[in-house]
Amino acid sequence: MEKVLPDKSGYFGIFGGKFVPETLMSALKELERVYNRAKRDKSFQDELKYYLSEYGGRPTPLYFARNLTKKLGGAKIYLKREDLCHTGAHKINNTLGQALLAKRMGKRRIIAETGAGQHGVATATVSALLGLECEIYMGTEDIKRQSLNVFKMELLGAKVIPVSSGTKTLKDSINETIRDWVANVRTTHYLLGSCVGPHPYPMMVRDFQSVIGKEVKRQILEKEGRLPDYLIACVGGGSNSLGLFHHFYNDAVKFIGVEAAGLGIKSGRHAAPLYVGEIGILHGSKSYVLQDSDGQILPAHSVAPGLDYPGVGPEHSFYKKTGRADYFVVTDKEALQAFHFFSETEGIIPALEPAHALAYLMKIAKDTNKDEIIVLCLSGRGDKDVEIAGALPDRFKAPATIPSSRRIRR
Amino acid sequence: MVPDQNKSKSMNRIDSKFGELNRKGRKALITFITAGDPDLDTTFELVLEMERKGADVVELGVPFSDPLADGTTIQRASQRALNNKVRLRDILKLVYKLRRKTEIPIVLMSYLNPIYKYGLEEFATTCRKTGVDGVIIPDLVPEEAEEWLTVARLNKLSTIFLAAPTSPLERIKKIASKSTGFLYYVSLTGVTGARDKLNSNIIEALKAIKRITNKPVACGFGISNPQQARKVSRYSDGVIVGSAIIDLIEKSTSRKAILKNVGNFVASLHQKMVGD
Repeated sequence: MEKVLPDKSGYFGIFGGKFVPETLMSALKELERVYNRAKRDKSFQDELKYYLSEYGGRPTPLYFARNLTKKLGGAKIYLKREDLCHTGAHKINNTLGQALLAKRMGKRRIIAETGAGQHGVATATVSALLGLECEIYMGTEDIKRQSLNVFKMELLGAKVIPVSSGTKTLKDSINETIRDWVANVRTTHYLLGSCVGPHPYPMMVRDFQSVIGKEVKRQILEKEGRLPDYLIACVGGGSNSLGLFHHFYNDAVKFIGVEAAGLGIKSGRHAAPLYVGEIGILHGSKSYVLQDSDGQILPAHSVAPGLDYPGVGPEHSFYKKTGRADYFVVTDKEALQAFHFFSETEGIIPALEPAHALAYLMKIAKDTNKDEIIVLCLSGRGDKDVEIAGALPDRFKAPATIPSSRRIRR
Repeated sequence: MVPDQNKSKSMNRIDSKFGELNRKGRKALITFITAGDPDLDTTFELVLEMERKGADVVELGVPFSDPLADGTTIQRASQRALNNKVRLRDILKLVYKLRRKTEIPIVLMSYLNPIYKYGLEEFATTCRKTGVDGVIIPDLVPEEAEEWLTVARLNKLSTIFLAAPTSPLERIKKIASKSTGFLYYVSLTGVTGARDKLNSNIIEALKAIKRITNKPVACGFGISNPQQARKVSRYSDGVIVGSAIIDLIEKSTSRKAILKNVGNFVASLHQKMVGD
């Protein structure tokens, strides 16, 4: 067994760390201390388990996608149905964990960033549940793209604060949330939504999300009597993918992460820091980022707001550097085609984020053997994206025939 | 080959300045502007003008796309400079140009990523050659700074760390021991920006810090007028004023007006600080 990372300083190899203003250091140390204690505390774990199952709807099914498997003609495809979680995505696994921690720390005010609005809704939800005050920072671009989620957050009693600085998307809503935290750190918990940011966030969020892979392991052994050959998930910050991968780290299972190629890697308008980024420091940790030759962070682009981020979790950077996982990219167009194809094939409308993972699956399924097993994390449902997808011209819609791998690759 | 602007100095300009002020029983007035706001020529003139009007140390902000420790004033200044395509290497050239005109201590304040991208070692070497005396990196705490400190020391660059109201005294002691040039005490729990009122705990905090370190302690964040500067300077070795100056730059409509307004303001800070 290899040692479980990060190390004591929050490093995954050369990635991670705590690159934050001094004002936040005490809060990060407190969080680390409280989290490490809670991790070993049975009463905390029992409470979390209770809420995850009774409130969050866990365990989620590991669904054998019969139609998809048949149409794609390769390996057996299983879908981890995180779209069936309360609030419609895997985000609730982490928000429940962190909100319970915030209560332990006596912090009654919760702040969070949100891109797609999924994490914002999940945060507003647990804040309502546990009686915590909640404010969500959201870029004005994203507010426009995801108005349904804005309405949901307000309905749940949260205040949505528009962020109009910089690119007006996820990156800048994180900046604004950090600024709020710097000013209110004594009374406020920053409920960060992905495996990014300073230590202990990348570790803590991964741990809370690792319930995904833990269930998958048990479920696939029950159904197939063996471990899968491939795990596939989309990667924005990286929480659903790391949640899926974590418990398989020491197993002979291939990890595949799918980043957003946006309008195409060559166009420069994408969100693929692992694929083409360089090492840098953003939002408190060292990882791959999209940056220019002067070290300025570049704006990202993806049709999926949850992937629209120029950075990525440090653990993914470590996986890339060490070769533990392979990373591929999928364009907006390919993801939208997969969105339609999958909805028609399985009767499940996926969020645009996991539609990226599905698009990659469609590309490679033909090259896999029928006796192999693929598990794909269906991290969220697509209700929030219907408006975006509906507004697009017909050429983005599913081809009438089964897509050949050639056609998708074009 | 660029001649080495710091070679002849056995002592860093920041240390000399605090030594000199200490002998005179005076406190340092440290003024901050974002380099390249609104353009590099104005920054050049402003540094000289601020020195004429009584600034003891100048801090030049390196613009960054994601300045997460800064309030809206410095965010906007940063954006203006970036819109002018001001790069770290341009700012280093500017310091080199300034060194033909002035010996005022110059400190660069930059987030880590532009420096990391430039290359820590190359950046430190270039700082020495161009005449930069010290560096403040607001998102670099001592725990993460070993690699940087090694190259900074080799190049006789001061590394000024920040201590905050949320830092326990024991930790401040450690931060002070790692800090060279001076220790930057952040006067409030929050981001940069002018405030009407000073944090009420500031005097007590400064007194406590002065008891645990022999290094000069300068206090900044939110200090926006001569009265506040005077009050804080009594309990510290220096006062840092930034956003209030940038507000004036933003409101002025020409380079001439910027120089006049900032000059007058710096003079008023200086007079209040040295006056009885």
